[in-house]
Amino acid sequence: MTTLTHAVSDSLTMLQRNLKHMLRNPSVTILTIGMPILFLLMFVYVFGDTLGNGLGGPTGGRDEYIEFVTPGIIMMAVAAVTQGTALSVAMDMSEGVIARFRTMAIARVSVLTGHVIGAIFQTILAVAAVFGVAVLIGFHANADAAGWLALAGLIVLLALALTWLAVALGLVSGSADTASTLLVPLMFLPLLGSGFVPTESMPSGLRWFAENQPFTPIINTIRGLLLGRDVGNDSILAVAWCLGIALASYLWAKRLYNRDPSPR
Amino acid sequence: MTTTHTIPAIAAVDLRKAYGEHRVLDGIDLRVGQGTVFGLLGPNGSGKTTTVQILSTLITADGGTIHVAGHDLARDPSAVRASIGVTGQFSAVDTLLTGEENLLLMAKLHHLGRAERRHRATELLEQFDLVDARDKLVATYSGGMKRRLDLAMTLVGNPRLIFLDEPTAGLDPRSRRAMWQIVRELVAGGATIFLTTQYLEEADELADRVAVLDRGKLVAEGTPEELKRSIPGSHVILRFANAHTLDMAAGLLGQPKRNDETLTLQVPGDGSVRGLKELLDKLERASIEVEELTGHSPNLDDVFLALTGHYHDGARAESEEELAR
Repeated sequence: MTTLTHAVSDSLTMLQRNLKHMLRNPSVTILTIGMPILFLLMFVYVFGDTLGNGLGGPTGGRDEYIEFVTPGIIMMAVAAVTQGTALSVAMDMSEGVIARFRTMAIARVSVLTGHVIGAIFQTILAVAAVFGVAVLIGFHANADAAGWLALAGLIVLLALALTWLAVALGLVSGSADTASTLLVPLMFLPLLGSGFVPTESMPSGLRWFAENQPFTPIINTIRGLLLGRDVGNDSILAVAWCLGIALASYLWAKRLYNRDPSPR
Repeated sequence: MTTTHTIPAIAAVDLRKAYGEHRVLDGIDLRVGQGTVFGLLGPNGSGKTTTVQILSTLITADGGTIHVAGHDLARDPSAVRASIGVTGQFSAVDTLLTGEENLLLMAKLHHLGRAERRHRATELLEQFDLVDARDKLVATYSGGMKRRLDLAMTLVGNPRLIFLDEPTAGLDPRSRRAMWQIVRELVAGGATIFLTTQYLEEADELADRVAVLDRGKLVAEGTPEELKRSIPGSHVILRFANAHTLDMAAGLLGQPKRNDETLTLQVPGDGSVRGLKELLDKLERASIEVEELTGHSPNLDDVFLALTGHYHDGARAESEEELAR
């Protein structure tokens, strides 16, 4: 029992440390929140009218496209935060203070859970910012209470999965430069899925990839929940992908952290 | 130092560690009594830091049985961690926090109560002369301040066994003496200290027992006195104007070690002024003129030369240069 209470209190202590770091070095946070908003504005105002007409919906044009692209941008916002997380984990590991933590009688994994909880806070902030801007430029959500709850749950689960993946990649990278490079594909996966255009419009090879990659059912579920549509099979796939990525990445990250630090 | 405790603070048998082909520690035995200062002496690359990293649970050994603070290191590392404090060679401070925040962070991780956390942080800030800098980010601290904060952070949990990996490397003489004083106070308070150093003087000042590490093996162990007795004493190097006076002086002084190229003689002595004066008087009486004189006190290089028959890397050039002068 005391082990568990210590694990919780140590994680909160580490979270506090990470939040202080974020406040003192806010540029990464601002960038990771700002970038998806920039994408949202660009896609809606630059490409939105043309792309919206191609969707074949009742209204067409820009209004139609806002409804379509917002879930993809939300996905992107979650992915963008993980980039900052991988970066800060990689930077943190090069700090001498981590060696000190390793020789202290604290819950080992708390150093990592501190990063993860901090990143989930950031994700909520980023998703709220993206959603706020989307509503301001004309997005209409049509979800009921249960839908909102399910949506919040999915976003947190998704953040958990991608953040643990980012922590593992941050640990394996060995340097801040490599860490941010390793996470770039995560930013582009929404583009190669159902985030920005329907997968049916893609050539066959790409379409196969887009329809089978994990981000597509997740984006479809977010879209369905936001617009109050039936999410069906996509939601099961989305939750399964998230749980799978979260568990595998958690175990991987834990293993990476517990191995001997490389000699210097 | 006599100790009433029966369980040693550190007991390691046949400690081994290799990185690939390179054997960093090749089977060393260590025994450190509680309440004593143990000095591990050795040059760069001899395996000192690796030893500290293994004993402090940072890295795992390839072989050997290790007990630290009475706990089996392999089976119960967290019990070991609860008993130790480590100040490594690289400052283990959080540069994005202030000095006080660093100490409070440690206090929190030791699960102290709120009031106790404040009290302990303030106490350590005062003890380590960091009160004025308590609210400044550690990124702005000088090297010496970071080192002091580092040690203060190690002491937050009142560890019974403290590892100090080259605690005075890179410090100016004044800061070095201050660090020695702190170590003495810690021992007076009952702590056990395991320190590594490159300086014989430092081991001499602080350690009850010293072990000399060379290329992953212990080549000597004993009290500083025993160690110093085992190495050659001080000597002076005399340089002469030509081969003729070199020959004369060599004959007069009983054929000491000579170098004909540099026209120098290495004359053993006891390091006293009286001995030096007698040597110069003797040469004066024989009307032999000395061009130049260099004094030499025993140092780590001499210990190495005596114990291992070779200079450690980096020392070779220096010592040859000295003879050539």
